[in-house]
Amino acid sequence: MLEWLIPAASTSAEEIDWLFTLIFYTVGFWFLVAQGIFFGFILKFRRRPGVRSQYIAGESTDEKRWISWPHYVVIACDVVLIAGAIAVWRDVKQIIPTPDETIRVVAQQWAWTFVHPGPDHRLDTPDDVVTVNELHVRNDATYVFELSSRDVVHSFSVPVFRLKQDAVPGRVITGWFRPTRTGTFDIACAEMCGIGHALMPAVLHVESAEAHAAWLGDRTTVAAASSESRS
Amino acid sequence: MSLPATAHDVGLSHEARSFWSRYVFSTDHKVIGLQYMFTGMVMALIGGFMAYVFRMQLAFPDQVVPLYGLVTAREYNALVTNHGSIMIFWVAMPVLIAGLGNFLIPLMIGCDDMVFPRLNRLSYQIFFVSAVILLLSLAAPGGGFGGAWTAYPPLSASAQYNHTPWGAPLWLLAVALEFVAFLLGGINFTVTVMNARAPGMTAMRIPIVVWMIVIASLVFMASVGPLVAGAVMLLLDQVVGTRFYDPKAGGDPLLWQHLFWFFGHPEVYVVLLPATGVVAEIITVFARKKLFAYKTILGTSIATGIISFFVWAHHQFVAGIDPRMAHLFTITTLLISIPLAEMMFAFIATLYGGSIELATPMLWALAFIAEFLIGGVTGIFLGANATDIYFHDTYFVVAHFHYTFFPIAIIATFAAITYWFPKMFGRRLNETLGQWHFWGTIVSFNAIFIPLFLTGAAGQHRRIYSYESFPQLSTPWLNQLAVLATVALIVLLIFQVIFLANFFWSMRRGEPVGANPWNANTLEWSAPSPPPHGNFATMPTVYRGPYEYGVPDRELDYWPQHVPS
Amino acid sequence: MSHAADLHAAHVPIATRRSATGIPTARLAVWWVLASEIVIFGGLIGSYVMLRLHHPHWAEEAAHTNTLAGAFNTFVLLTSSLAAVLAHQAAEAHDGPRAARFLGGTILGGLVFLLVKGFEWSNEIAHGFTIFRDVFWSYYYVACGLHGLHVIAGMVIMAIVAADARRGRNLHRVELIGIYWHFVDAVWIFLFPLFYIAK
Repeated sequence: MLEWLIPAASTSAEEIDWLFTLIFYTVGFWFLVAQGIFFGFILKFRRRPGVRSQYIAGESTDEKRWISWPHYVVIACDVVLIAGAIAVWRDVKQIIPTPDETIRVVAQQWAWTFVHPGPDHRLDTPDDVVTVNELHVRNDATYVFELSSRDVVHSFSVPVFRLKQDAVPGRVITGWFRPTRTGTFDIACAEMCGIGHALMPAVLHVESAEAHAAWLGDRTTVAAASSESRS
Repeated sequence: MSLPATAHDVGLSHEARSFWSRYVFSTDHKVIGLQYMFTGMVMALIGGFMAYVFRMQLAFPDQVVPLYGLVTAREYNALVTNHGSIMIFWVAMPVLIAGLGNFLIPLMIGCDDMVFPRLNRLSYQIFFVSAVILLLSLAAPGGGFGGAWTAYPPLSASAQYNHTPWGAPLWLLAVALEFVAFLLGGINFTVTVMNARAPGMTAMRIPIVVWMIVIASLVFMASVGPLVAGAVMLLLDQVVGTRFYDPKAGGDPLLWQHLFWFFGHPEVYVVLLPATGVVAEIITVFARKKLFAYKTILGTSIATGIISFFVWAHHQFVAGIDPRMAHLFTITTLLISIPLAEMMFAFIATLYGGSIELATPMLWALAFIAEFLIGGVTGIFLGANATDIYFHDTYFVVAHFHYTFFPIAIIATFAAITYWFPKMFGRRLNETLGQWHFWGTIVSFNAIFIPLFLTGAAGQHRRIYSYESFPQLSTPWLNQLAVLATVALIVLLIFQVIFLANFFWSMRRGEPVGANPWNANTLEWSAPSPPPHGNFATMPTVYRGPYEYGVPDRELDYWPQHVPS
Repeated sequence: MSHAADLHAAHVPIATRRSATGIPTARLAVWWVLASEIVIFGGLIGSYVMLRLHHPHWAEEAAHTNTLAGAFNTFVLLTSSLAAVLAHQAAEAHDGPRAARFLGGTILGGLVFLLVKGFEWSNEIAHGFTIFRDVFWSYYYVACGLHGLHVIAGMVIMAIVAADARRGRNLHRVELIGIYWHFVDAVWIFLFPLFYIAK
């Protein structure tokens, strides 16, 4: 359902959207039933001349079942939702799959630095590609990111991936994603990080394997050229 | 700010009691209650104006806001931060707990004052000072604090990051003083209800709203301590230069988040419980019904209070806590829906078989139930850890908690004011104006926040001063929703003029009422309206529970607590 | 309390003289004040313990606190609490002057405690162990400082109570300030091992 509002572009997004739909219908059902009975009572028991209210204490088991039975159904629904939430969370956050690529994301006031591993698929090698406010990933590849912050708490948010993770100074937090559709998407900071909080957007490019390789090729040539000219 | 000159007051005016001793430095619980209420109303207007300014910026970015001017990013952050702080700490808390608690507790348990009247006055004075400090912080060099009401360090801990060298510590000082005021008040409430009850007022005959205020005070007392300690550490970080929250020096920024939310989540229930208590009082009177399952409602509120201590980390699912912990907090968070759902069921069941009169207080009380249900069910999306990854810090969260806090702090407050106004001032509010105000407020409230559910579900983050840098999140239809929400807010604010006019006009000119205009059972209605200093001509004795409406074989459909059988 | 008694004495609120639970109102209030203090110190000590578990090097810092002075202060505080108990006994026997003398002893204990504390702190600061040196020291100064403020507040209130008691007035307050003082004592019993013994 969320896809009506915003595209889903990762495997996690599909799972989270599934959970959203499950919760939506469960609580939607509850909401309609509760409001229906509520407004029904208001209409049915409006004050009429000569009609007195009934005296119901609601203390006997017989009377209380009107609230205790719905209460058991709420518990049952809660159990279903908890099971759904736990299952999706395990897949999305808890179990980190073996990555095809590992990237590094560094937040600071007020910019994102992305370290791509380059053609050798390894970080901390000379062919690493460092970009600011621009992240390039391959479609259908599993990425693990190492997230850190240089100053305050930020939050790495990629709405189309349904991905959000705070960047906490002093820690390196890992997470993962696997893009499922190509395109250009927004990355934002989702934790208040100071005056420029609204001004730390970044652009996510999900590219086909060929396009990604071409971009990497360009960047590594540029990087190599500039390092040659410096030496 | 003066209270109405009623017949009673005129009678006393020959005494040498100046305006100051009667209204400003009084130890009378009713005067202190009204002081809290009026201070809360003034702060609500300030907080509402702040909402107007930043909503205008969101709907019409970078244009001059009438009555304010251009909104810079720095000002925007300070406005959202202080709007949140004000509405929770300086509106919901003083009006619902301190204001109602002070006014109602002695009247409803049948005594003449709090057990510590001077401590009570001191608590208001500290609260007043805290409000003044908060407002001064907005004018401090560098501007007001803009690090969100959650004040996460390191941003809040160092002026190097937040660029508000005065705003941040003053904000924190104001919040800490406010905590002290409510600790003192809460102790006073609790001891008063324990010890000063009228003869016959046994535990199960105490009106639910009094129970709720006491439970809320205890939950507050038990949850705020760690945050007081945390606030001392944060203040030292800001002012002295210690590094409790600085990871570079071995501190831990997540520590604050735990301390803050260990308080912050129970705080929701601290303000929720008195609001539900108000609703319980009103629906019983206007449906002429005994409260359905009094003991169950009491049990659910105690259960809610206890579970609320075990849910805090659901605010931190994506904050870098151990992912396995998230399961635990999802379970506790969804569990807390059970007692609350049961309480709402009991309220709805109370309506069954009633004789419902839709007077203004009843409309507000019913609106609380209808709107709070929306807040409740949307909370499930956020309590479930996996969907919270997406919704965390989006407008979905903003819409969700406004669907809880608006019913609590605004709807229940209006319910309480319209219901107890005759007791407070001895006069009736105008019913027609009351109905206009009700419908205008409720419709525009929904028109503000339903669009925000959509913008949040579409991915818009909160606390963003302008979406221009985010092409995906500033599409035309999202911008139109922002405009709709803003227009609705302006309508809502305009409708409050009706309320203020009605309030102040009726205070002086409203139709005078007797002691018990609603034919209610609880003890405050046996005292004159307004009650004199000392409340009751004869101290009452209690013979039965508070909700004996529609008792068969009685001529009257109500049976006041103090009337002998 | 009867109705007749309720009606006389209109100036002092009847509320202050009722006791529906049977527990004196003032004592109830003191217990609730202490309950709210317990969670404040609980939060502080709890966060210290959590962080300490994550920072093994704090043990090295803790090695520089003066265990002997801390032990002596523990002894002083416990002794002063004993004096508070004796003051309570005297007050129960309606012997105001005797209660005041014992309270004086308690105040003296508090004074010795603060003097030793002052000696410790000046010594530590002189050797570079300031509040800024490490988060361990920040906790040390804040926890002990907050506790010290409670000692000072207790001494001031106790002086007022003692002055009253000497004239035989408000003797029930001797017990209340005693309860508070035991609490201050109990907090120190937690602080002493956490900051002085655990190395």
